[in-house]
Amino acid sequence: MSSESIALSTVGDARPIGERLHDWVITVDHKKLGILYIVYGLIFLIIGGIEATIMRIQLIVPHNHFVSPEVFNRMFTMHGTTMIFFVVMPILFGFGTYLIPLMIGARDMAFPRLNAFSFWMTAFGGVLLYFSFIGGNGLYGAGNAPDVGWFAYAPLTARAFSPGHSTDFWTLALLVSGVGSIGTAVNFIATILCMRCPGMTLGKMPLLVWLNLIMGGMLILAISPLTAAQIMLSIDRYLGGHFFDTQAGGSAALWMHFFWIFGHPEVYILVVPAFAFASEIIPVFSRKPIFGYPVMVAATICIGFISFSVWAHHMFTIGMSSYGNTFFTVTSMIIAVPTGIKIFNWLGTMWGGKIHFKAPMLFCIGFLFQFLIAGLTGIMLATSPFDWQLGNSYFVVAHFHYVIAGAILFTIFGAFYYWYPKASGRMYNETLAKWHFWLFIIGFHLTFDFMHIPGILGMPRRIYTYEPGRGWEIWNLIVTIGVFFQIAGVLAFVANLLWSLWKGETAGNDPWDAWTLEWSTSSPPPDYDFAATPVVQSRRPLWDLKHPEDPDWKYE
Amino acid sequence: MKGHGQTRILGRNKAGIAVWLIGALLAAPLCCAAPTDPSQIPNIFAPQSTPAHSIFRLSLLVLAITGAIFAVVFSLLAYSVTKFRKRVDDDGREPPQVYGSNQVELAWTVIPILIVLVLFLATARVIHSIQDAPQPPRAIEVIAIGHQFWWEFRYPALGVVTANELHVPVSNSSSSTPTFLTLLSADTDHSFWVPRLAGKTDLIPNRVNHTWIDPEQTGIYLGQCAQYCGVQHAKMLLRVYVDSPEQFNHWVEEQKKPAVASDAVVEGRRIFESTACVNCHAVSGTIADGHFGPDLTHLMSRDTIASGAASNTAENLRAWIQEPDAIKPGSLMPPMQLNKKDMDALTAYLLTLR
Repeated sequence: MSSESIALSTVGDARPIGERLHDWVITVDHKKLGILYIVYGLIFLIIGGIEATIMRIQLIVPHNHFVSPEVFNRMFTMHGTTMIFFVVMPILFGFGTYLIPLMIGARDMAFPRLNAFSFWMTAFGGVLLYFSFIGGNGLYGAGNAPDVGWFAYAPLTARAFSPGHSTDFWTLALLVSGVGSIGTAVNFIATILCMRCPGMTLGKMPLLVWLNLIMGGMLILAISPLTAAQIMLSIDRYLGGHFFDTQAGGSAALWMHFFWIFGHPEVYILVVPAFAFASEIIPVFSRKPIFGYPVMVAATICIGFISFSVWAHHMFTIGMSSYGNTFFTVTSMIIAVPTGIKIFNWLGTMWGGKIHFKAPMLFCIGFLFQFLIAGLTGIMLATSPFDWQLGNSYFVVAHFHYVIAGAILFTIFGAFYYWYPKASGRMYNETLAKWHFWLFIIGFHLTFDFMHIPGILGMPRRIYTYEPGRGWEIWNLIVTIGVFFQIAGVLAFVANLLWSLWKGETAGNDPWDAWTLEWSTSSPPPDYDFAATPVVQSRRPLWDLKHPEDPDWKYE
Repeated sequence: MKGHGQTRILGRNKAGIAVWLIGALLAAPLCCAAPTDPSQIPNIFAPQSTPAHSIFRLSLLVLAITGAIFAVVFSLLAYSVTKFRKRVDDDGREPPQVYGSNQVELAWTVIPILIVLVLFLATARVIHSIQDAPQPPRAIEVIAIGHQFWWEFRYPALGVVTANELHVPVSNSSSSTPTFLTLLSADTDHSFWVPRLAGKTDLIPNRVNHTWIDPEQTGIYLGQCAQYCGVQHAKMLLRVYVDSPEQFNHWVEEQKKPAVASDAVVEGRRIFESTACVNCHAVSGTIADGHFGPDLTHLMSRDTIASGAASNTAENLRAWIQEPDAIKPGSLMPPMQLNKKDMDALTAYLLTLR
């Protein structure tokens, strides 16, 4: 593991290093597992980032020879799979695992051993995926990696088109990490429903807890079809099945349906915890309670349900009937309504507040701006005829990076800075954090604003090179330049995390003057989280303590 | 980012500087963009055919609505960030604690629903007009078959088979001859996308898809495969030649003729017929009847080879036959490894296939 996790366990611990590392391997403590998830995700963030950089260097000029087409195809497959399954999901699960018991006043998750099992399944899934670089061709020879794209459309995954074992590594990695995800979802739901401290009714849970509850429900429903599809694909490849084998009468569209009925809810599985971070950070740094708490919960539940009826908007170009296209157009547009409500409620929270521009808040403001644009380009793509032009072009790539990097990653960075003092006991360096923010947001906009344009000019995604003279050169150049700003930003981030661990100022229990239960215990929290089980009367128990003359419970 | 000073300035007046910065970034590349022939840019906003026009008009409505939403919400965000920031002379008191407002919530629920309704109705109309358009009797029928990594085009009514370069007649008020394509795939998924003519439609094995175009101006329209199909997805390029009715009829007549059999290149033809070429390629009037690769009966009537990856010249043909990976690494064409004499003869033969 990284030096960070070791250092975290080092604080006030004089035992030999081997013993302390052993602690991390056998731990069932939700805080340690949360940190393991997060550190694991950060390592893969660096790997996925390197893969993205290789692709962008290849595309900086037309007819470039930086990498071969085979390597490029492996890079985009691994980049997509890594970033979704082994970066964003583990980091979000890590925050959930760390924060949920602290926020509901519990001493651990409902099932600590299942918690450890889930983490190690996810971890082994990632290792299995990357083992394909050495073992992908099995006995055939040299190293390899999956090259079928992160949604692995049939029949490219059939053995006729993907010999060797690289596709099997992809299939098994997602199968194994999917088991971990299901375990996490079950654990989140059980913990939230059964372990809340006295007084914390469902209506008094922090929004982060509510949103993770909804995410858990979606996760169970969405991972199942993915797992089923992976098993069917393995049957096709090794047991003579023909589910997706078009040469023997199978259906390529069937795979698309299976994958996207997982794949679209998955987007919301990732973005709902990101909403959760924003819903905790924005109120604290605006010094106001969240605007319209019940509406925020209701809107998220709506998103959860509707997200299961929009999957075929990824398939507008496969030749569905006009009725099918019309149905998925309307469902995809309707989901913009609860999403819009959430944006308005965050704005309502900031309205009339006193906004403190610390790093967590800066990243959340970046999130609001980028998520607004991502939502609007999403409406363009939901308009199915417009999607016939924009779908599978660089416009789509720009759109979903706006969601995953511009919205989700930004709130993740915000969450890192917000809860870093709690988890480490030390403050991060605010100047370095602001450098991180500005470098990253400039790099982000250089890359992903200009990435929309080649899509409009007819550049499809997943091409390892392109023809000169089509008006794409200048945009690809700018897009690649932006990558280096983002790298600089991430370096500032990693440096900040590591440097502050040793040199940061002591944070104290409640550096942000915040209102939820995790800030009432010490930083870092003790093994047992709370010495005495807290009792709450409102959604902001620490506000009630700090303002006995004007407590929340009078108004809720 | 020049240092702490600038960070602090940005911190004070973020919105203004951010707007200025984004404006400058948008303007910069426009000034230094290399001159490119606009007709070669497959721009979805330069439509030349009815489906592309309908989509373009719809996209203007969508862009106007989303643009207006952006302007409103961004203004609210910028206003909140500047107006409600903590002041230097802050008194340290907490602002008034507001928990919500049902009227406001209702407003920002109902207004978006009305916007969605408008967008949806406009969209449903365009979906119907493009997808359910009846095929007129005068329409040209083409079967397009996607292969790793090239396009096969068959004109069943005209008896023509060609590859990678689709010829269609112009379709305007004086002669309305739209082209209706049936889309099939021989192996993996592909997608037929010529942005100036129509949106993309996938070619999926075991499935029959349809699309149509009615280009209103003659010329060459560029596109390429838009669904990842394997190693050389990037060089599965597509060219649509929109001909005048006379040019098109002439082209059809030429394509229907059997292959030229010239005595001067007998040796080349012998080499062609006695090597693996015939397993994959067809030339009418010879024993070559393969279907894995493009039909070569009128090879020299095409401007490009290797699905648009190289122009169709004698040198490129030689290079392609000798070592396809040099032009298109991962292409399914094997290197033929002929000696120089045989290669000269074979190339001379292929150059006669007009």
